[in-house]
Amino acid sequence: MHIIENGNVAAALGVKLCRANVIAAYPITPQTPLTERLSEYVESGEMKAEYIPVESEHSALAVCIAASSAGARTFTATSANGLLYMHEQVQWASGARLPIVMCVVNRAVGAPWNVWNDQQDSISQRDTGWIQIYCSDHQQIIDTVIKAYWLAEKVSIPIMVCYDGYILSHTYMPFDLPDQEKVDAFLPPFKPEYALNPDQPANLNTVTLPDVRTDIHGELAHGYMEIRYLLQEDLRTTITAAAEAEKRFADIFGRVSDPHIEPYRCDDADFVAVGMGSLTYQLRVCVDALRNEGFRVGVMGVRYYRPFPDEAIAQAMKGKQGIIVFEKALSYGYEGALASDLKSALYEHLAGTGSLPAVQNFIAGIGGREIRTEDLTNTFRAALQSRISKEPLWIGLKL
Amino acid sequence: MGTRNYRRKTSHSEHGPGDGGRTGSWRVERPVLDQNLCTPCKRNKESCFICWLFCPEVVISRTIPPAFNLEYCKGCGICAEECPTKAITMVDEAKFSEEEKE
Repeated sequence: MHIIENGNVAAALGVKLCRANVIAAYPITPQTPLTERLSEYVESGEMKAEYIPVESEHSALAVCIAASSAGARTFTATSANGLLYMHEQVQWASGARLPIVMCVVNRAVGAPWNVWNDQQDSISQRDTGWIQIYCSDHQQIIDTVIKAYWLAEKVSIPIMVCYDGYILSHTYMPFDLPDQEKVDAFLPPFKPEYALNPDQPANLNTVTLPDVRTDIHGELAHGYMEIRYLLQEDLRTTITAAAEAEKRFADIFGRVSDPHIEPYRCDDADFVAVGMGSLTYQLRVCVDALRNEGFRVGVMGVRYYRPFPDEAIAQAMKGKQGIIVFEKALSYGYEGALASDLKSALYEHLAGTGSLPAVQNFIAGIGGREIRTEDLTNTFRAALQSRISKEPLWIGLKL
Repeated sequence: MGTRNYRRKTSHSEHGPGDGGRTGSWRVERPVLDQNLCTPCKRNKESCFICWLFCPEVVISRTIPPAFNLEYCKGCGICAEECPTKAITMVDEAKFSEEEKE
């Protein structure tokens, strides 16, 4: 059934379809309407879940960690400084291998205070051991929430489903609302390996020594380093598990998509724009305009940022003359984090092949600065002539 | 032989001796009992046991003489602090490792 709703409601409907048991969240713009909607579903009895209002984002995720440890399917959502306030628990959730799903409705971080969209919030959480998936439209938001629960529970790693504040969260768009029966077929009930149980008491994530130890059963148990290595190993195999999630989803719902990247008119392109989220759909308009002018260009959206699908990206970029990375975030003191990661993937997979595309980095839309399609097209066109700068260039800066 | 096949991917411990690891290795000072000063030792009667009561790691036995489980004693020194007859002295672990070498 097709409906017209905003991106926050698309996310809320996804969570409802997944039958989350426990929801804990603290309101922050532009995430607020998402959790408000979920509280309404719980209040009306439409959704059989515990909705736990908390006094902070740190507590919101702490509640999800406790509930997930007890075997509940959990959900939270936040934005910007709320996510930063959660940061300690963000690390905890992945180290504890809890399959929590959290929507991050992307917003600029303070200071200075700003409520508008960029992606600095989730990008700054890159190294926390969470899976990060970026959505470009409302259909992707609802579908990604559903896939995220399956994948998180499959690999025991929490997932951030990221989408742009206002541009997606507050705009209305038609999308297909999946049938409950199909979602139930796609997503079986959450069955954790161990759930807190008073009959089998256990200490979870207590002080873990630098070296391995023999447990009370006489088995050699991991030290901290083994536990952390396994998180990395399982994140890398998540690249394969994500493809499995896509195939499973396509079989049941009939919507097929590339699991890791989303190329548009890239096959015969000499130059490819790369980005994440709604910006990549805006760039499709630029690609069409530049194609009409005779430029062979394409755009590739990166859907999975962590784990980074390095091989898929490098293979898609093989033989290209240049790559132009457009980002709504920055690793301050260097360049866009995506540009760095992309260059690393190119070096790893294409060095020595005689085809190492040049990379130009642009920063756009910081703190909600309007990204005019015409400016984006002009910037894209200028970058086709030659690499403009080693340093990342800021589009629309009025200095 | 590593931990590859261990049944969990997280830190998970159950109640029982030492499932948090051999915390005795953290100790830099070891409690040493002088039986000539210890009340239950002197009287040969179950008495005092303030060291047993106060030990936060439950590594002191309620016996005559009280015994320290050095596998898990972290050497915090609370027993020595609380002992009313000053029968417990905290001794630098380096002294024992020198003795063990000899």
